[in-house]
Amino acid sequence: MTIDMSPSLALVVTIGVLVAAGVYLVLERSLTRIIIGIVLIGNGVNLLLLVSGGAAGGAPIIGMTPEDEMSDPLPEALILTAIVITLGMTAFLLALAYRSWQLHGHDEVQDDVEDRRIAYLAARDEMAFADSDTDTDAPDIEDEAHEVRDETDSLLLLVGEEGLVDVPVRAVRDERGADAEPPAGSAGEGEPPEGPPSGTDGEVSR
Amino acid sequence: MSELDFLVPLPAILPLFGAGLALAMWRSQRAQFLISVVVLAIVLAASVAMLVTVGDVPMVVDIGGWAAPVGINVVADRLAVLMLTVSSAVFLCVLLYSMAQGLADGGEDTPVAIYHPTYLVLAAGVSMAFLAGDLFNLFVAFEVLLAASYVLITLGGTGERIRSGTIYIAVALVSSLIFLTAIALIYAATGTVNLAQLALRLPEIDPGMAHVLQLMLLLAFGIKAAVFPLHAWLPDSYPTAPAPVTAVFAGLLTKVGVYAIIRTQTLLFPGGAADTLLLWLALATMLVGILGAVAQDDIKRLLSFTLVSHIGYMIFGIALSTAAGLTGAIFYVAHHITVQTTLFLVVGLIERRGGTTSLDRLGGLAKLAPGLAILFFIPAMNLSGIPPMSGFLGKVGLLRAGVADGSSLAWALVVGGVVTSLLTLYAIVKAWNKAFWQIPPAPLEGSSLPRGMVGPTAALVVFSLALTVFAGPLYTYTERAADTLRDRSIYVYAVLPDGERGEGESADVAAEEGGA
Repeated sequence: MTIDMSPSLALVVTIGVLVAAGVYLVLERSLTRIIIGIVLIGNGVNLLLLVSGGAAGGAPIIGMTPEDEMSDPLPEALILTAIVITLGMTAFLLALAYRSWQLHGHDEVQDDVEDRRIAYLAARDEMAFADSDTDTDAPDIEDEAHEVRDETDSLLLLVGEEGLVDVPVRAVRDERGADAEPPAGSAGEGEPPEGPPSGTDGEVSR
Repeated sequence: MSELDFLVPLPAILPLFGAGLALAMWRSQRAQFLISVVVLAIVLAASVAMLVTVGDVPMVVDIGGWAAPVGINVVADRLAVLMLTVSSAVFLCVLLYSMAQGLADGGEDTPVAIYHPTYLVLAAGVSMAFLAGDLFNLFVAFEVLLAASYVLITLGGTGERIRSGTIYIAVALVSSLIFLTAIALIYAATGTVNLAQLALRLPEIDPGMAHVLQLMLLLAFGIKAAVFPLHAWLPDSYPTAPAPVTAVFAGLLTKVGVYAIIRTQTLLFPGGAADTLLLWLALATMLVGILGAVAQDDIKRLLSFTLVSHIGYMIFGIALSTAAGLTGAIFYVAHHITVQTTLFLVVGLIERRGGTTSLDRLGGLAKLAPGLAILFFIPAMNLSGIPPMSGFLGKVGLLRAGVADGSSLAWALVVGGVVTSLLTLYAIVKAWNKAFWQIPPAPLEGSSLPRGMVGPTAALVVFSLALTVFAGPLYTYTERAADTLRDRSIYVYAVLPDGERGEGESADVAAEEGGA
C-alpha cells in the first residue's frame, strides 16, 4: 500500500512563514518577543508534524472510514503532546518575564556578566586575579629593566662588526616594527620591556 | 523475558508518583524528605538489581500490553542500566546533601514546598530518557527533565538566577524545537518513531536524507550535551543555581545528551557518516572548554568549563565508531558523572566554609578545614587524570582507542586529549593553590560545615574511588555494553522478535492489519 505523502502547499508555506517569523523574534533581546517567537516556531513545527503524517483523510476509526482513506492518527497524538508541552513552557516563560520585570523593570535577556569582565580585563591586558604571593615591595624584573634602560634611553648602543654605532631609538624601534627580529648585537643588552613611557619618546625625537 | 522485567519502568514511574505525593504533603518537610529518600533508594535498588541481572539481551517492556511499534516500550540494555545506576546513586547523595543544607540554612535556600517534587520529577525525566524505546518518548523525557530543571535553576527567583535562567531556558527550548522538527522529518521519511523499527527502516531511505536527519538529531543533542560550538549557555547558567542543583545538572543533564548521542549514533546511524565532523567538534570542545577554565577565577565557573571540556572526551570516543572507542566513552561517562557531581558538592562546602567561591578571596582552607581539602583533592586529581584513578583509566582507554584508529585526525585528538588533561591539571592546581594554600586576603566569613553535607559528599568520593578499585570489572562491563550497542540486531530482535511486532497483547490485532 503506498501512502500519499504529497503535502498541501498552503501548509508548507504557513510552516515557512511561522518558523521564519519565530526565528526573527527569538533573536530579539526582549523575553516577551522570545516567548512569541518560540510559540510561533512551536506551531510551525506542529504543522510540520501534521504534514509528516501524509495527506489528510477521514477519521481513523474502523467502520467509519474505509482503511485507505483514513488519515494517520499518530502525528495528531504527537502534536497534542507537543502543544501541551509548549503551553506549559510558555506559561513558565511568562512567569519568568514577569519576575524579571518585577526585579529590573524590563525583561531583556542580559549578557554573561563574567564573560564581560574577562573580556574587559583582556582588553586592558590585566591579570584575571590578584596574585598575593608575588605582591612584594622588592622591585620586580620589569621595574629594574626600566631603570637600566633609562641610562641608555637617548641612544641605543648597537655593537656590530663596525664597532659602536649610535642609532636613535626611534629608528631602531621602527625597524623592529617592520620585522619582529631583534637587531643583531642587542642580545647582550637584554630584551627591552615593551611599551616604554611615551614621555621618553618625545625626548628621543628631539 | 525474565521475571525481573517489572523493574524496568520503575525508575521512571516511582519518582513521578513520589513527586505527586510530596506535593500533596507540602506542609510537612519531614514527610517530603522521607518520600524522596525512600523513592530514590528504591530506584537505586531496582537499578542495581537490573545491573546485576541484565544480560546480552536487553529487558523490554511494552507499556500497557500494546505491541512495540504501535505502543510505547521501555528498553533497558547494559548502557541504560549502568547510566540508571550511576544517576540514581548521584540523585540520592545530592538529595541528602541538599536536605542538610536546607536544614542548616533554615529552609531559606530551598523553598520547601516545591523543591522535593521538582527534584523527583527531574529524576523521573532522567530515568525516562535512559529507558526510552522510541524517539518521541525520548523527547517527552527531555521535556520532563528540562521543565524540572527550569524550576530548579530559577529557584527562589533572585535577580541573578532569573538572568542566567532566562538564557538557559531559551537555549533549551530552541534545542527542543529542533529535536521535535527532527522527529517530524524522521516520521515523514520512515513512518515510525520507534527506535528498533527506525534501525530497520533508516537504511532503506535516501542516504542524503538520512544524513540530514542524523545531523539534525546531533544538533539537538549537541546543544543539550554542550558540545562546541553549542556550549556557550552552560558556563553562564549553571554556577548561579544552588550548589546541589548545579551538582546534579553538571553531573547528569549534559550526560543525558551524550547518552542520546550514543544511542542514536550506534542504533540508528551506524555508518559513521558524521564521524569526521564529530572528531573535529570533540577536539574543539576539549580545547575551547579547558582554555575557558584556565581564564576563570570563580571556582564554580572554572568547573563548568572543565565540564564542557571533558564532554569532548566522550564525543571523541563515540566518533571513533570502534568498540574500543565506545567502551572508553561509556566508562568515561560513568566516571565523569560521579566526579563532576562530587566536585560541585565540594565547592558548595567551600562556599559555605569560605563564604565565597571567588579564588581571589578564598585562601588558607587547607589549614582551616583539612578534611575539606582531602574531599576536594581526591576528585580534583581524579578529574585531571592522575594515575591510578578512574579518570586516568578512562582517558587511557580513549587514547588507546585513538591510537588504534591510527588516522591523522585521531592522532590529533590523542594529542589534544593529553594537552586538555594537562591543562585541566593546571586549572585545578591553580584553584587548589588559591583556595587552600594562599594566605587569604581578608579573613573568611564562613560558617562551619554540617555533618549532613559532608557525609553525602564523602560517600560520593568513596563511590568515585570504588569506580577506580573496581575499574577492571566495570571496564569489562562497558566493553560488553559497547558490543551490545554495536550489534544492532540484538536490540532490534529484543524489541521486535519477528522483525515486525513486539510482544504486547495487541499483537493479534496488529497482525490483521498486515504491517500497514
